[in-house]
Amino acid sequence: MILELLFSGLVNGAIYALVALGFMIIYSATGVINFAQGEFVMLGAMLTAWLSGRGWPLAAVLPLALTGATLVGVLTERLTIRPAREASPLTLIIITIGVSILLKGVSMFLWGKEPLPVSPFLSGPPFTFFKAALPRQGLLVLSSSTLAFAAVAVFFRYTLWGKAMRACAYNRFGARILGINLSGLTCLSFALSAALSGLAGIVIAPLTFATYDMGTMLGLKGFSAAVFGGLGSAGGALLGGFTLGVLEALAAGYISSAYKDALAFVLLLAVLFVRPEGLFSPERVEKL
Amino acid sequence: MLREYLKIAALGGLVLGIFSGLRNEYLFNVLTMVGLQVLVVIGLSLLMGYAGQVSLGHAAFYGLGAYASGILTTRYGVSPLAGILLAQLFTLSLALVIGVPTLRLRGHYLALATLGLGVIVEIFFKEAVELTGGPSGLVGIPPLSAGGLIFLSFRQTFLLTWILVLLALLLSLHLIHSPWGRALLALHDSEPALRSLGYSIQRLKMGVFLFSVSLATLAGSLYAHFVTFISPYSFTFLHSVKFVTMVVVGGIASLWGAVAGAVFLALLPEVLTHFEDYEVAIFGIILILVMIYSPEGLITALERKLWPYVRSWSTAIPFSGRGPRKSAK
Repeated sequence: MILELLFSGLVNGAIYALVALGFMIIYSATGVINFAQGEFVMLGAMLTAWLSGRGWPLAAVLPLALTGATLVGVLTERLTIRPAREASPLTLIIITIGVSILLKGVSMFLWGKEPLPVSPFLSGPPFTFFKAALPRQGLLVLSSSTLAFAAVAVFFRYTLWGKAMRACAYNRFGARILGINLSGLTCLSFALSAALSGLAGIVIAPLTFATYDMGTMLGLKGFSAAVFGGLGSAGGALLGGFTLGVLEALAAGYISSAYKDALAFVLLLAVLFVRPEGLFSPERVEKL
Repeated sequence: MLREYLKIAALGGLVLGIFSGLRNEYLFNVLTMVGLQVLVVIGLSLLMGYAGQVSLGHAAFYGLGAYASGILTTRYGVSPLAGILLAQLFTLSLALVIGVPTLRLRGHYLALATLGLGVIVEIFFKEAVELTGGPSGLVGIPPLSAGGLIFLSFRQTFLLTWILVLLALLLSLHLIHSPWGRALLALHDSEPALRSLGYSIQRLKMGVFLFSVSLATLAGSLYAHFVTFISPYSFTFLHSVKFVTMVVVGGIASLWGAVAGAVFLALLPEVLTHFEDYEVAIFGIILILVMIYSPEGLITALERKLWPYVRSWSTAIPFSGRGPRKSAK
């Protein structure tokens, strides 16, 4: 039983980790906490469900859904963040909340309130390890999340844009003086972050169904995971996501499944109280 | 200050006029609900505009007020008035627990903590079935009665609610114009200067936070007694967002703007009944457009355009959050 709980926790954790990474990328490039992050997950899942429901082959559905979510991310930045870029962080946070409820409303209008089913991408019986079953789709979630993290790590470490992004997270003003194109960078951070969350939505859709309001909870949990790991590092997002997923699965199995969803927020409060810079981050938060 | 008294008197006259002139019980119901939301928004406006903090969980405090009053009166036989006071005690101590660690930090940690609290409270309302009635709600809450007065009809609740709104406005305006309020204003300009004058920034922010929580709780308690039935679906994260939208539309840091914004957005669904499902999306669009094109708020902007001389009256200060983005430019 514990192994089975662990598997489901890791699969959910992989999703939280991807969403947390999305939060972290936008936050480090712009200082904005993007409350619309969960809606990118929802868009990935809804587009997958809608396109595959119309009988399109997976080879076409997956890239289209990913592109769609990325495009909405870029549009969000160009249409709502960019016109208000002189505004205070509070204003920008409120704008992203507006984007979030707008995207939710629009997708309810387009696709309705009913959950849309998605058939698993890989057919076949689940793998079993020591009598604990891991569905093939779950393995796919884990591997695609791992690959995405590896790709992001390479991007940050070895590409010019990745280095520029790290410079920007370190010191925005200094980065600007060095001639880094902040506007392009902000746009790129939204594209990358929306793509990662869209990917999370695509791979999780067969396991949970796709609904117009799935994004809020996933987004908030991914956010908790990001705060848990410290908003400043990809490693923190990864650890935060997996820790949250596993703890949640264990809590659901051994304590109470009714309050499973509350755990992420109890952790969020606990981290804010005890160590607001995140458990896995060396950075100190400025106190008054 | 005289102008403020005149405005309050004008609003009071309007309330009395509606009370004596209107005969439609349904409209009184609507206006009571509008008044309750105005109560919440007055506190939130002070918190956002003056302390520069945002709460993404005010619907939770509203809900806790409603559920505390509801549970105490239905299950423990407490009188409505005592229930209201106990609800205050409960949420204020909760707000202290949330506020003490988060208000000490620079930035929007209060927003995150209230968001977390909001979702936990929402789940609790749904899952603690034995206490809260779960998703199907809590029924049979007695109407508010005090000293022989019973508030049964919406005409009566309307009057009570709006008298409380007027009192809350009066209190808030006095707070703004007191030394304490001046100190709050200075929070925007220079925290070190304020500290050098011997003010504790954390205590100032805490004071506003507790005041706003207290108003939200009061509105929630009244809601429970007026409607006599409550369910978890009235106190969700979306409702918290709605309260923030009301403040933003009216104008952050403009109390009268916030009142106007609350009235406008609370009446909007009544007008747009055909768009019930899209209400949320419409709120989203309003929120985005106002924040981009008129971050000082629609009402404040309108006021400024139409009557330039109003500027000298209004207590509105331009909202100037200070964050990393600004210093980076």
